[in-house]
Amino acid sequence: MTAIAVPTTPTMIDRPRHSAFSWAVQDALTVTWRNLVAMKRTPQVLVFSTIQPIIFVLMFRYVFGGAIRIPGVTHYVDYLMPGVFAQTVVFGSIQTGVALAEDLQKGLIERFQSLPMARSAVLAGRTLADLVRNVFVVGLMVGVGFLVGWRIHTSVYGAIGGIALMLLFAHSLSWVFALVGLSASNAEAAQAASFPILAPLVFASTAFVSAASMPAPLEWFANHQPVSIVIDAVRALTYGGQFASTGKVLGAIAWSVAIIAVAAPLAVRMYRRKV
Amino acid sequence: MTDAIIVENLQKRFGSVVALDGVSFSVPTGTVLGLLGPNGAGKTTSVRVLTTILRPDSGRAEVLGLDVTRNAQPVRERIGLAGQYAAVDENLTGHENLRMIGRLSHLSKAVVLKRADELLERFALAEAADRPVRTYSGGMRRRLDLAAALVHRPPVLFLDEPTTGLDPSGRQDLWGVIEDLVREGTTLLLTTQYLEEADRLADNIVVIDHGRVIAEGTASQLKAKLGSTIVEVGFADPATAQRAQVELARIGLCDVGTASSLVELKVDDGARVVLDVVRALDHAKLEPETLTVREPTLDDVFLSLTGHKAEEPDVEDEPADAGRRRTRGAA
Repeated sequence: MTAIAVPTTPTMIDRPRHSAFSWAVQDALTVTWRNLVAMKRTPQVLVFSTIQPIIFVLMFRYVFGGAIRIPGVTHYVDYLMPGVFAQTVVFGSIQTGVALAEDLQKGLIERFQSLPMARSAVLAGRTLADLVRNVFVVGLMVGVGFLVGWRIHTSVYGAIGGIALMLLFAHSLSWVFALVGLSASNAEAAQAASFPILAPLVFASTAFVSAASMPAPLEWFANHQPVSIVIDAVRALTYGGQFASTGKVLGAIAWSVAIIAVAAPLAVRMYRRKV
Repeated sequence: MTDAIIVENLQKRFGSVVALDGVSFSVPTGTVLGLLGPNGAGKTTSVRVLTTILRPDSGRAEVLGLDVTRNAQPVRERIGLAGQYAAVDENLTGHENLRMIGRLSHLSKAVVLKRADELLERFALAEAADRPVRTYSGGMRRRLDLAAALVHRPPVLFLDEPTTGLDPSGRQDLWGVIEDLVREGTTLLLTTQYLEEADRLADNIVVIDHGRVIAEGTASQLKAKLGSTIVEVGFADPATAQRAQVELARIGLCDVGTASSLVELKVDDGARVVLDVVRALDHAKLEPETLTVREPTLDDVFLSLTGHKAEEPDVEDEPADAGRRRTRGAA
């Protein structure tokens, strides 16, 4: 083997020339594609992340719903659905962290770091794929909502705006959980660390009941925390009436943008330091 | 002949753990360097520095004349990396994995498709090309991992423990594939814990332990350092072996091995020593079960250099490279 080691270096393959920006976009899309194919091949993840909210819809619509009175709301399901959307995307965002932690654990990120691809592509591709997943999941929940009697009381634009707001908030959470996933030692840890953060945000909120029914300190928390604000904003956009509130809608947008502004640079920094 | 890889006085600490403590070596273009050492010796850390994944604290590392920290991007375009844990996506098919890596290596779509087909064919994965990787065997994953490292035809290839965890036939297969690559002129840096692997594949061997180079040379140079012959005398039980040790020490022969019922002697003149051994043992009425005269293996080299066997890293060592990656908690 040594004897014939004449250095005939293999000729590298020519690469097409593009700007750094267009490579960054292409790399992000390649990673997005890869994440979407993986999602398609593991449908159980999607099924589990949609089954829980569907159970909640059925439970709150038909079991508890009769006992819950929201002042001024005739059909509880109209109050319920924005809460369920939020629950779905908030718990779903754990997947962003779990998937990143898995990629790290399996050494895939390490390989990515040795490739000439854009440094931004792994996180951009991850959060983009999760946005696509959320479009699908929220779409599904909208369908479920309609089946159990949820109706839009405002306009088509209100409904689209409400869903867009939900997706924006979901996207902001993806960045938070990208951070969690990058700091966790493995996928299970990422999962375990996420739930305790999220459960109080989802349940100590205005998702299922009015905050007015809670003890005073909890009521204050439930009214001011971001998940409630997003839910109230979606109610403002889909129900209007007593829930109509420009302030909540602006507040929800502000929260989402602020979360992205803080979490995204931190996640990118952590990714660069990582591996 | 120029050097494709140059490493000079590389230092890297993780907190209080010194992973690289001034490592230097070079790899001439078109040759194979075997980086040999136990778990945690600093092999993987060296590879991660050279593949631009990790920044060294100090020292110089160059690939094809390009500094790995200042010219990371052009370095990445010229190297291939296949790791210890086949870093392929389980949910993607073999073909999709190669397409992904090809695209992320910035090759054109047409070239990627062609290369993917070629490589799958070459690594006997064509039939499994459209199956998700999670259905692959360990050997198939390793071959795919290696194929992924070759999509863009890199002139410099890094293989980090390429056969760890493979069964003997899988290992033989992969060795064959690697030998073919080397024949084509690829410069290869290979890390391994298997002395046999370094012996078979590498032109030069660098032995590292505790983040330092402790020996280097060709396999035969390393063996020559150790004296020419090993005489092994096996006994029925450790107690007899111990008595034999005492008897043989009396005539100036020292046990260099660690096996309990085996006495290993490192000598210059095997044939004459065998006679002395037989006389001494006969005189002491000790009956050996086996008596072997053999060339030293790299195992012997390692043992005499580090005081421990290659497969048995000392316990209070730094965390294993692999462990550091898998549980990056402290980082």
